[in-house]
Amino acid sequence: MSVRKRRIYIDYCGMFILVLGLLVGSLMPLGGAASSPDTGTGHGGSHGNKNPGNGTTYSKKPFPVLSFDYEHVRLPFEISLWVLLASLMKLGFHLIPRVSSIVPESCLLIVVGLLVGGLIKMVGEDPPVLESKIFFFYLLPPIILDAGYFMPIRQFTENLGTILMFAVVGTLWNSFFVGGLLYGVCQLEGHKLAYVDLLSCLLFGSIISAVDPVAVLAVFEEIHINELLHILVFGESLLNDAVTVVLYHLFEEYSSVGSITFMDVFLGIVCFLVVSLGGIVVGAIYGILAAFTSRFTSHTRVIEPLFVFVYSYMAYLSAEVFHLSGIMALIACGAVMRPYVEANISHKSHTTIKYFLKMWSSVSDTLIFIFLGVSTVAGPHQWNWTFVVATVIFCLVARVLGVVGLTFVINKFRIVKLTSKDQFIIAYGGLRGAIAFSLVYLLNPKHFPMRNMFLTAIITVIFFTVFVQGMTIRPLVDLLAVKKKQETKRSINEEIHTQFLDHLLTGIEDICGHYGHHHWKDKLNRFNKKYVKKCLIAGERSKEPQLIAFYHKMEMKQAIELVESGGGAKLPSALPSTVSMQNIQPKKPSQDRALPQLSKAREEEIRKILRTNLQRTRQRLRSYNRHTLIADPYEDGWNEMLLKRKKMKELEKKMNNYLTVPAPPPDSPTITRARLASDPQAWGLKSVTESIPTIKVDLASPQSPESVNVVDEFSKKGSQPKEEEGGLTMKVPSPAKQRKDKTPDEEPQQRLMRCLSDPGPAPEEIQPLRSCSGCALHI
Amino acid sequence: MGASQSGPVHMFQDLAHKTGFSTEQIKNLHNRFMYLTQDEDTLRREHLENISNLALNPIRRQIIEAFFDKRNMGEKERGCLQEIGFEEFVTVLSFFRPPKPRTADEMKNIKKEKLRFLFNMHDTDNDGIITLDEYRHVVEELLSSYETIGAETAKAISDAAMLEVASVTVGQMGPGEFYEGITFEQFMQILKDVEIETKMNIHFWNLDTRTMQCGK
Repeated sequence: MSVRKRRIYIDYCGMFILVLGLLVGSLMPLGGAASSPDTGTGHGGSHGNKNPGNGTTYSKKPFPVLSFDYEHVRLPFEISLWVLLASLMKLGFHLIPRVSSIVPESCLLIVVGLLVGGLIKMVGEDPPVLESKIFFFYLLPPIILDAGYFMPIRQFTENLGTILMFAVVGTLWNSFFVGGLLYGVCQLEGHKLAYVDLLSCLLFGSIISAVDPVAVLAVFEEIHINELLHILVFGESLLNDAVTVVLYHLFEEYSSVGSITFMDVFLGIVCFLVVSLGGIVVGAIYGILAAFTSRFTSHTRVIEPLFVFVYSYMAYLSAEVFHLSGIMALIACGAVMRPYVEANISHKSHTTIKYFLKMWSSVSDTLIFIFLGVSTVAGPHQWNWTFVVATVIFCLVARVLGVVGLTFVINKFRIVKLTSKDQFIIAYGGLRGAIAFSLVYLLNPKHFPMRNMFLTAIITVIFFTVFVQGMTIRPLVDLLAVKKKQETKRSINEEIHTQFLDHLLTGIEDICGHYGHHHWKDKLNRFNKKYVKKCLIAGERSKEPQLIAFYHKMEMKQAIELVESGGGAKLPSALPSTVSMQNIQPKKPSQDRALPQLSKAREEEIRKILRTNLQRTRQRLRSYNRHTLIADPYEDGWNEMLLKRKKMKELEKKMNNYLTVPAPPPDSPTITRARLASDPQAWGLKSVTESIPTIKVDLASPQSPESVNVVDEFSKKGSQPKEEEGGLTMKVPSPAKQRKDKTPDEEPQQRLMRCLSDPGPAPEEIQPLRSCSGCALHI
Repeated sequence: MGASQSGPVHMFQDLAHKTGFSTEQIKNLHNRFMYLTQDEDTLRREHLENISNLALNPIRRQIIEAFFDKRNMGEKERGCLQEIGFEEFVTVLSFFRPPKPRTADEMKNIKKEKLRFLFNMHDTDNDGIITLDEYRHVVEELLSSYETIGAETAKAISDAAMLEVASVTVGQMGPGEFYEGITFEQFMQILKDVEIETKMNIHFWNLDTRTMQCGK
């Protein structure tokens, strides 16, 4: 181990121990669990009241320079400490590479939780338990929102039938199978378990059979499995929430009564529909509201992410008010608002939303697992060998049988059949997690005397699935050679052809007279384009077709990559090719028009002159003042840059008509050299030093009249066709433009203009300019 | 529909065998064929153009042309037909039949056939290469339903797409060379990630046209 690494480890361990010590210490002096803020306020209150009461017998104490008042900040302090601990743990795992590749993070976190819980218990205090309220209101929503906002809609809708089958039918099957068999076992067992009645068993079955999205996400994210399987398991874990909610409430309500009639079952089914559809509707409403709000945020970009978060959280809470499925509301909200919000918000807000969601969900995730570990140490346990072992076995068996049976039915309707490998992964990936734990914790011990036993059993199942299945799934995936996720970037050809295929299939369906999948999707798209987008997307972007949006995004990405790679170095892309635009443009037939026949040397001169002219205007523009320098060069600058590139393409096109273009006739060495000399690409785009007169076109600033002179006619002409292209997002900002030294307006693929505009100045003008050209070159 | 005699039934079975549809599906398709042609024997372009839903499709022209393209009929000739019979109708539709699970080689063949169909749709002048103009035409058609898009944008996109194909497939080209167009091999290469064999399919199983109200 190198010295540097050792130092990092030592530093890290030191810091970690410090935080851990703080945490344990904070729980010590004032006894009791973390959830007692009242003592703090009570204490503070009484303190305040003391003095005025004893006015006359007041004896003067020395003025307290430094005092220790921990109660004041107890609750936030402890929360922060826990969050800090969780985050440090996460850091720690990734410092130790070997461990994190074998053991998934969730396992390590649970172990840490166990350790911390054990530590606290050793000290003699009660370890805090994962309270259900905190879990459901604060820890779960960020994870679900993160999942819902970034859900791949296309794959989700393509596989919706399969996902629903697994979620609804699969969960029902699991619940009844496990519940029923457990009841049978309890009856057979006799003495100790006889008091467990059928309804309680069914309730337990329904809680434990739900696949947990948190655990699935935590494990599946690390194994990079192919998208189909990922969306199947993950979609199932999200959608089975409605089933779980209904079953839970149904059995909980009636377990005290002791029996269920058919009427109740029927009402249960109706309730299921209401819960799921209602949740989705609530989510969709809030999603549309958020999209609508984002239409007006163009002047206050800073709070755009806030709207996304707050509307989503409100959707979750509103659904919980009516006991609808909060998870489905959150997913629906995120999925509905995303396409419209993304079209409206700025690039920075998009990044902010992405990173905040990832950060919150990551912290939540870590906290959940740590608390699971701590709660295991804390929670009241009642161990019963038969019950626990039976539970574990039945869960596994039920899952496997359910998946196999359902796949058999589903494959009749699917084009892409699920192979047995897929089935194995789906069955094996059905992990249980903290939701089940919290639901059991919510049970009332008075109605459910066997709650502790349930708790123990659930924790065992969770541990089993997370540890055993979580740890072994990665080598199994490799062993079975399951297809992994494709990391390729989406190319514009694929995008074009995906759209083409959509239209083609819709057309064929229409010819066959068959109202299938594509027909309805096409209708929805048309409705979306005609009505919805106009309401929810601001300005011109509402008319932007998807292909243009994709192309725009791709250009943006390439431009950002170019900047980040230093602007000078050649783009480290996967396509190291020298193919450029000129290779594609068809050979132009020889022009009929009477071009002024310029000699080669003359052309070279003209180029030099134009270059230096531009160089000079650039020098002039370099004077910054407050009016030209915007505080935010990046954001609006992207639009600027793209605007410029657009204009340059116009100019390039016009260029091709005037001067001899690179492609056709074999040029003399002079011209070739001249071309290469001025060609940024030939330079390898290395960093521009002052002595090399590369051409950086700043078509912008209205302040410098020279530049306007040179390029004005073209910028004017260039802007005209632009007005008609309403589909592009050119929101040209306020007139104060700025330059970016480091963002070259070129891409390896787009040749910058070698020479600009005019077909050469008149001969008499060259003389005075030539005298300046010398000095300009030496700037 | 006349009473089913042994003639048409025999023909159906032949067709089913040749194209891979089931006899039931062939029957349904025959009904649809009769409905489109209004009980004539051959299908012409006007019949397809009369389908109202198809009028909203941005690439309807190319779809209709695909039905009359000789290259899709399995013949070695090139060119267009003016009218087609039921057999050709079913042959073209068989390109969209979901493949039954087969060996990897057969799947590759199926994928190649489907890609060939797509290629033929783009390559309108039958020279075996998709030139820049043809590709531009494709992009323009795709964007044609958005009235506000100018020709410049379509050009920019098709240029970028072409450039990408050239970069991926050919790699190094000198400044003087000229890239003719996309050949079929290159087409297959750039679309290998799209999983055509699973995407380019239509469920034909609930195709009962008598209950479908598809207005003319």
